[in-house]
Amino acid sequence: MAENPNNAVLRLGGIRKSYLSGESELEVLHGIDLTLQRGEFAALIGPSGSGKSTLLNLIGLLDRPTAGQLFIDGEETSTLAESSITKLRGQRIGFVFQHHCLIPAFTALENVMMPLLVDRGRPDAAMRQRAAELLAEVDLADRQDYLTSRLSGGQQQRVAIARSLAMNPSLVLADEPTGNLDTHTADDIFALLREVNVREQTTFLIVTHDPRLAARCDRIIELVDGSIVSDRSV
Amino acid sequence: MAMSPWLPFEWIAATRFLREGRTQSLLIIVGVGVGVSVIVFMSALLSGLQSNLVKRTLSSQSHIVLLPPEEIARPLNGDKSGPLIQKQAQRLRSIDQWQNIRGRLEKMPEIAAVSPVASGPAFAVRGDANKSVSLIGIEPENYNRVIGLEERIVAGRLRLNAGEAVIGIELAKDLGAAVGDKLRLNTGNGANDTLTITGLFDLGNKGVNARNVYVGLRSAQSLLDLVGGVSSIDLSLRDIYAAEGLALKIAAETGLQADSWIKTNAQFFTALTSQRISSNVIRFFIGLSVAFGIASVLVVSVVQRSKEIGILRAMGASRGQILRTFLLQGGIVGLLGSLLGSALAWSFLAIWRMLALNPDGTPMFMIDVEPELIVIAAGGATLVGILAALMPARRAANLDPVVAIRG
Ligand SMILES: Nc1ncnc2c1ncn2[C@@H]1O[C@H](COP(=O)(O)OP(=O)(O)OP(=O)(O)O)[C@@H](O)[C@H]1O
Ligand SMILES: [Mg+2]
Repeated sequence: MAENPNNAVLRLGGIRKSYLSGESELEVLHGIDLTLQRGEFAALIGPSGSGKSTLLNLIGLLDRPTAGQLFIDGEETSTLAESSITKLRGQRIGFVFQHHCLIPAFTALENVMMPLLVDRGRPDAAMRQRAAELLAEVDLADRQDYLTSRLSGGQQQRVAIARSLAMNPSLVLADEPTGNLDTHTADDIFALLREVNVREQTTFLIVTHDPRLAARCDRIIELVDGSIVSDRSV
Repeated sequence: MAMSPWLPFEWIAATRFLREGRTQSLLIIVGVGVGVSVIVFMSALLSGLQSNLVKRTLSSQSHIVLLPPEEIARPLNGDKSGPLIQKQAQRLRSIDQWQNIRGRLEKMPEIAAVSPVASGPAFAVRGDANKSVSLIGIEPENYNRVIGLEERIVAGRLRLNAGEAVIGIELAKDLGAAVGDKLRLNTGNGANDTLTITGLFDLGNKGVNARNVYVGLRSAQSLLDLVGGVSSIDLSLRDIYAAEGLALKIAAETGLQADSWIKTNAQFFTALTSQRISSNVIRFFIGLSVAFGIASVLVVSVVQRSKEIGILRAMGASRGQILRTFLLQGGIVGLLGSLLGSALAWSFLAIWRMLALNPDGTPMFMIDVEPELIVIAAGGATLVGILAALMPARRAANLDPVVAIRG
């Protein structure tokens, strides 16, 4: 894949992250350089505590790095104000978390609409239409008016995937999206992500502990103790 | 359950969150409702009670009494049981140029009615009975507009032609007189007249009922040796609480002594004011506990929903949107609580009306929940709700999404 840094969906340069623990600073990420091109389907693996979630939160603009540069679609983010960061996050990045990531007060359809709703302020018919289409794509057309508590774990995760795609994001970040599911359901969910990737050319970065699933990605990035130790195409 | 297309995200989320936290929401709305109902009930009761007391006090008093200027300095707050009993002056003096002053007073927009009065001490004699009375000469029509004498007539009617008088029920009892009977009046200066009783009144005050004898203005003027003069001018105002200020103004303009009902009833008025202050204190503390109730429920809700708040933030919800979602919840709880409270207060008052009766079965006094009071309560409770939500809402808005999502 041709490395064109300006067309990259994501580019990290020398990203560091430290936490204050008591008196001393604890550096969790030690200068991460990473570029993801449009359409990539990458796995982020590594032992527990190696900094995978921390890195994903930085990329997802939920947190700010201690040092380094982070470009989303070529836009440098470290100088952006909080409100612009929020807008950028809502419009360019989709999230799939490990568990309990739907809002129980809303139906499946409304959960899928939510990124559109917070972006535009008021619901409209087009939003509803888009959400219904996305739910149909994850095979949940018949569950759209269910409250999330009435859906199974796998169904909830499919709603979450539909939701992460609502804004047509450049990049979808998934932190152990199958961590809470049985093997069979995990395979289905993974296949669904892959399908979206192929069809929409959406870029995915997926944290997983499951080597079997990692092997089904195009690229495997391995993090150990806050540094990338290997980055290989499969 | 469908999202209304015209509502913004904040409204949708606020109402959904409240509906989802059913028991909590219901309990706090009931809590707010109870608080508001006490405030509304208390306010209605107090204003009913006070306006009733004021009405009773003013039933036999004019709002302002104008008297000739004092010749010598008089002690302040001399002991007076009612303004209608004129000070026992050494000699009756007329108000200079009273016709002229009357004309000026009648043009003042604050004044509803002007009633010149010629009054002085006299003795009422009937057979062996002899009573000291206040002889009051009035123009019945004008006097009626200051003190509703006509509607207080319990026997006969208010007719004061030459040789006619209207007396109180107590005096009638003391003298053993009834409507149609004769009565003899003697004044200090030797004048006397025999009058026919045309009516009996009950002004709701035993002293007044035993003392006042009403005659036509001309009769009083000749009996009291005040021909062409009046000893006082009684005024009725459009705003009774403006009495003191207006009295000062009139005194300055006319040089007369002007006594307002507020000054004459200073103690009573102070009692009313302190009653109002103490009820305001109670209202304030009820409002405060309502606010703390709303705030604590919302604080708990923010903690319970921190993960959801983090997810909403991850999906692009701004701090402002989260802030407003929780402020709205406070406002909605306040508003619904106040509506419930107003309904409760209204039922309390309905019960009160059934229970608080005079021995004869008539209501003790009129109380009503004015629509104004409900609007104020609703607006106030909504505002209190929003203010109470400020702290929890800011907490929600400032949640670190990373921490919130990790749970
Ligand atoms: N808010 C924080 N304050 C202090 N230390 C933190 C904080 N968040 C994470 N860390 C530390 O950073 C390191 C990396 O944590 P992180 O959650 O990124 O690991 P991970 O690779 O996702 O692990 P896992 O596979 O178990 O989810 C850990 O040592 C953790 O203790
Ligand atoms: Mg993790």
